[in-house]
Amino acid sequence: MHELSIAVSIVDLAQEEAAARHVRILAVHLKLGPLSGVVREALEGSFEIAAAGTPLESARLVILETPIVVLCPQCQAERTAPSMQALRCPDCGTPALKVLQGAELQVTGLEVEA
Amino acid sequence: MTASPRILEVRRNVLKHNDVIARELRERFRQAGVFVVSLVSSPGSGKTTFLEKTLSLLRPRYRVAALVGDLATENDAARLARSGAPVRQIVTGTVCHLEAEMIRGALGDWDLAQLDYLFIENVGNLVCPASYDLGEDGRAVLLSVTEGEDKPLKYPPIFHGADWALVTKFDLAEAAEFDFEAARRNLTAVCPGAAVLTVSAKTGKGMEEWVRVLAQRGRFAEG
Ligand SMILES: Nc1nc2c(ncn2[C@@H]2O[C@H](COP(=O)(O)OP(=O)(O)O)[C@@H](O)[C@H]2O)c(=O)[nH]1
Ligand SMILES: [Mg+2]
Ligand SMILES: [Zn+2]
Repeated sequence: MHELSIAVSIVDLAQEEAAARHVRILAVHLKLGPLSGVVREALEGSFEIAAAGTPLESARLVILETPIVVLCPQCQAERTAPSMQALRCPDCGTPALKVLQGAELQVTGLEVEA
Repeated sequence: MTASPRILEVRRNVLKHNDVIARELRERFRQAGVFVVSLVSSPGSGKTTFLEKTLSLLRPRYRVAALVGDLATENDAARLARSGAPVRQIVTGTVCHLEAEMIRGALGDWDLAQLDYLFIENVGNLVCPASYDLGEDGRAVLLSVTEGEDKPLKYPPIFHGADWALVTKFDLAEAAEFDFEAARRNLTAVCPGAAVLTVSAKTGKGMEEWVRVLAQRGRFAEG
């Protein structure tokens, strides 16, 4: 279970941004790719634990799950892989050696009090 | 007055701290001319046994060393040290994976220019190590024949990160009724780029091929 340590990092970096900008955070927006190795449900639970007793205590974690985008060598184009258990082109079935997206673990936005 | 919330755009990778150190390590390894390989698997898949054998096979020709992560004990380090190679232990305590900072700490000021190959045995865990770059040149994921062919489908991120998928304890394949073609299909589905090798650290079968693969990928091979 490394989601707790990742949740602590998220809370830390959100607090850092909040302090620098003098704002109160209502929600943290996170891009999460399936290949990041982070399990969504575990992260959501861990976020509550990590935020408890901090200024983010009642803040929400809004997760945007990203698709797995691969480069198909056959079609010479970007394609969305069916799942991480099937890293291949959905059109022609060619195994995808190059993954362009899908391992994100990135804070992309902070919802703050206006 | 009720103001509606506004969104501030930020773009910060959560694992940036680890990634920065990993990048520093990778550069240090490159400058020292040492080729670094990490090993991950479930507990008991045969990492230590395989690594002990690998170190013994490489030692006559190359300068090799190992770092080994373990939750609580130093047993694995003692086993690896039997090969005669220098071994350093990283006791991770409650942390279920290695992070780049732990590698940096364990290396200290070790003169890596004295080495050709450095191996890193990660903590036995198929989930957490997937998220942490250690600065290694290549990652080997081990799957033993007694674990079942569908492990790659159950733990895609870790298998996806593999440069080599090593099917271990192959001497037991028949007894375990291991379906190698099914395993290969599953490995290819989650990691199309990985080279799949079958090995037995016990009998030594397949080990020469692994050593040949390493020799091709080492720093000398790059010219
Ligand atoms: N039959 C057989 N047993 C093995 C082989 N490699 C390891 N083992 C056994 O598997 C068990 C776990 O091995 P170990 O190297 O400690 O696994 P680790 O936890 O991944 O480091 C030990 O009892 C080993 O003797 C092998 O190639 N063949
Ligand atoms: Mg071990
Ligand atoms: Zn295609």
